[in-house]
Amino acid sequence: MAKIRKGGKKVAPAISTASLPDIVFMLLFFFMVSTTMRESTLLVKKPRLPKGTELTKLEKKSLVSNIYVAQPTVELQAVFGNQPVIQLNESIEDVSKIGRFVQLEREARNPNDRDFLTMNLKVDSKTKMGIITDIKMELRKANALKLNYSALPRGAKH
Amino acid sequence: MARRSLPEINSASMADIAFMLLIFFLVATTMDSDKGIFRVLPPYIDKPVQDDPIKVLDKNLFVVLINKDDRLMVEKKPIHPDELRKACKDFLINMNNDENDKVYPEYKEETIAGLGTVKVTKGIVSIQNDRGTSYDKYIEIQNEIVAAYNEVKDEYSIKYFRKPFKELNEDQQKAIKLLIPQRISEAEPKNIGGK
Repeated sequence: MAKIRKGGKKVAPAISTASLPDIVFMLLFFFMVSTTMRESTLLVKKPRLPKGTELTKLEKKSLVSNIYVAQPTVELQAVFGNQPVIQLNESIEDVSKIGRFVQLEREARNPNDRDFLTMNLKVDSKTKMGIITDIKMELRKANALKLNYSALPRGAKH
Repeated sequence: MARRSLPEINSASMADIAFMLLIFFLVATTMDSDKGIFRVLPPYIDKPVQDDPIKVLDKNLFVVLINKDDRLMVEKKPIHPDELRKACKDFLINMNNDENDKVYPEYKEETIAGLGTVKVTKGIVSIQNDRGTSYDKYIEIQNEIVAAYNEVKDEYSIKYFRKPFKELNEDQQKAIKLLIPQRISEAEPKNIGGK
């Protein structure tokens, strides 16, 4: 009981692209929501963060200041050597500059929120504790007591 | 007068615009969610107010030492990092006010809303590291101790509310936090191993 075909060649109907914008918008919104803008160019090698299981998520990204500790990038090793250094904002600084850095970061925030400023330590896992201890001491002197040791959930890549 | 029907707006370029935005966000994105171990540092005191620091009974302290070779010593005995969590938990759960006991910490009876009068441990976990300790090990130890605290919290939650800590409501969580306060002390590091 075959159907009898009428006419000759059948033209395939054009695929409707009307829903394409919808799909793209969906993707767009996903990336917009999950995005954090790249904050600063790294002058140190990307720190290989330590891993942990009992991590908490940092709330309120606007109240977080990053302190990077890692080896300088290959180009900058001629200037700064290959020992781990501290990067504050856009420059490599000495430990003693942390007090000023904290002050500047505080002043950039809304007066009501200043007490909630959290220092996020992004430290390469091969670093020795000596430099971290110095940083902690400077932070205590600057009265920036909220500290987060940035880490990756165990099992994650990088 | 006949209504003029509006010409349909051509939406073919919509996709292009959306693609452009999408590509911009794709390029500008870094998807690192900031996670980590949160700590509050003790305030800086220029000169100690009293000459001798506050005395804490020896048995109330759970001393964790990490040396420059990343070796671990707990309560004067060398230990493998994998055993730390169990040892720490053991210290946090057990308590007695018997003066002859030198292992487990003392407790204080407190009345907590929702729990009644309960025994709260006076135990403090003390971490001391060397300047030569690696950051990796330091974080691992911190992680293990927080894990021990979290396991104890979960145990207490199940005991009192028959639910794990995460599923408790805010008041209940507060009560459990009072029952097992997270006391971690960090001593000034020694510089034996050098930088």
